[in-house]
Amino acid sequence: MLLEVRDLQVEFKTRDGVAKAVNGVNYSVEAGETLAVLGESGSGKSVTAQAVMGILDMPPGRIAGGEILFQGRDLLKLKEDERRKIRGSEMAMIFQDALSSLNPVLSVGEQLSEMFTVHRGMSRKDGKAKAVELMDRVRIPAAKERVGQYPHQFSGGMRQRIMIAMAMALEPSLIIADEPTTALDVTVQAQVMDLLAELQRELNMGLILITHDLGVVADVADKIAAMYAGRIVEQAPVHEIYKAPAHPYTKGLLESIPRLDQKGQELYAIKGLPPNLMHIPPGCAFNPRCPMAQDICRSEVPPLFDVAPDRQSACFFWKETLDG
Amino acid sequence: MAELDKKDEAVDATPNVTDIVKVDASTTTEVEAILDAPVDRGEPILQVRNLVKHFPLTSGILFRRQVGAVKAVDGVSFDLYQGETLGIVGESGCGKSTVARLLMTLERATAGEVFYKGQDITKLSGRALKAVRRNIQMVFQDPYTSLNPRMTVGDIIGEPFDIHPEVAPKGDRRRKVQELLDVVGLNPEYINRYPHQFSGGQRQRIGIARGLALNPEIIICDEPVSALDVSVQAQVINLMEKLQNEFNLSYVFIAHDLSIVRHISDRVGVMYLGKMAEIGTDEQIYEHPTHPYTQALLSAVPVPDPEAREHRERIILTGDVPSPANPPSGCRFRTRCWKAEDRCSTEVPLLAIPERFQGLDSPVAHESACHFAEEKDVVGAA
Repeated sequence: MLLEVRDLQVEFKTRDGVAKAVNGVNYSVEAGETLAVLGESGSGKSVTAQAVMGILDMPPGRIAGGEILFQGRDLLKLKEDERRKIRGSEMAMIFQDALSSLNPVLSVGEQLSEMFTVHRGMSRKDGKAKAVELMDRVRIPAAKERVGQYPHQFSGGMRQRIMIAMAMALEPSLIIADEPTTALDVTVQAQVMDLLAELQRELNMGLILITHDLGVVADVADKIAAMYAGRIVEQAPVHEIYKAPAHPYTKGLLESIPRLDQKGQELYAIKGLPPNLMHIPPGCAFNPRCPMAQDICRSEVPPLFDVAPDRQSACFFWKETLDG
Repeated sequence: MAELDKKDEAVDATPNVTDIVKVDASTTTEVEAILDAPVDRGEPILQVRNLVKHFPLTSGILFRRQVGAVKAVDGVSFDLYQGETLGIVGESGCGKSTVARLLMTLERATAGEVFYKGQDITKLSGRALKAVRRNIQMVFQDPYTSLNPRMTVGDIIGEPFDIHPEVAPKGDRRRKVQELLDVVGLNPEYINRYPHQFSGGQRQRIGIARGLALNPEIIICDEPVSALDVSVQAQVINLMEKLQNEFNLSYVFIAHDLSIVRHISDRVGVMYLGKMAEIGTDEQIYEHPTHPYTQALLSAVPVPDPEAREHRERIILTGDVPSPANPPSGCRFRTRCWKAEDRCSTEVPLLAIPERFQGLDSPVAHESACHFAEEKDVVGAA
């Protein structure tokens, strides 16, 4: 197992109290596998990823419990300088907004070669040669001429390619991509997702794809973990979840998106709003919005039930949901 | 709700004319009389003809001179009928938002005409323009920045009444605002709250209530749901459809999400680099696209069905959209098109039903600006 997150809990201290952003999340990724973490804003999907990367702002954030096993080692027990060695060379992250993630006053070449001069102790000259090689690899045209240019001189799609180049520079075994194509147009999104999938295959990397786009997930993921209010509500191989969701939340999500290939009737809408993380409803966090909620859902927190091998649902009524 | 309901308009009051009726109205009262005239259902409520907007590029500090122009919108024509939704799709930089601003007369058109009930609104000013604007309202993309954080919801929704006091007399405003809140599904008691006390979806409802305040006939929606979470998007889309039926509104719905546009639109126009590439009914565009750009765009949209990923054909375009300051000659899409030939660089393809499809009684016979238009089912709907 490449990465295993066990019972992770993350809290944020705010002026109004403690916000429980992640409440006991379990997931795992193997080499060469793509895990899609699906969720709306505030579901805790990005915070989990930041905890794995070790880039959570602490304070106000605090890891309240759990383990993050990376190649068998618990990352939470490592010292900061040990983690820094892992970050970048063993695991890397691709962010949503490339323009604000790249340094505007350094050329892209300098930023790419920094990976090699800092982590691998290469000379600046060798680092620059490596940078050109990387830019070629992510298919940026005229890499040699463009290596000295600054981020603002690149288009959105090209900037995201540079982010990908930077993430895979040291050939890490795990890449976390946080909404990598949300800011891009569909035609460019298709290019970038293709590139990412190709590099993943080549290097046999594990990929955690964080997204809210059910279309992108269906295109690339092997398995899905759907999150709601800091918990995983359903975890399943990608084909099964689209065929027959086993949690009312994932079911509602799938029914609420309009389809390109069908002219639908009125859309199904999940009523209400995602909960405030300061006041998560007792019992199942989804119960106020759930059409199937019973008394037990309001008093007891549902554990993850095994629906099938490799498949879990955190719903007392997963059988009923599965059957329609 | 009686005030908000459109009066049942007599359908036969104006003869059905397909040609644009130009009206010479010199005084504002005449203009207002025209605006109050009922519209025939068969006649477009908005006719856009060769609309052009160029933003000048200047250089020099003291002596500014124009060195070029960003051709944001470069000859766009379409009709909008009463009660229908026209979707406009395209990638960022294609000019779709500039079209929205031109329809709202927030920008002055460089050339071209926008006829609203026979009156060219690009030439209007002063009171006549104000009267037109009452009937064309807008819902903006970002519900976080389009609402003034220091105004209460009541002030935000009631502000249009300050500008058009004839719609609601002063003493009646609070009641009208509460009615509007109720119409968009918010608690009327929230009238004294501030925008930050609402979630994104609720804020967009406030934006919609403000758009409805003056009983407009046309609402221009510029990416109204793209900032919202998936589960909230459906709520807002359903609300917009409900309001359209209730008040017989016409929508121009601008978005980059092709699935949502298909869901809500009766007709769809596809824009590329300031020009309309293809326009037709939703079935014509989505199931029988004939322009290569539309085909590429549709094939790039991920479909939420993992079974489809093996057998769906993807057209991956190479390169980026060229700069609108220096668009390619001839067909603007030719630099990324796999069908491009010499003819495409010299001859601008016109938006018309392609010759080979003319006279056919089939969904492929719709307007498409391509020399080599041919049908291709990329969505896999058939």
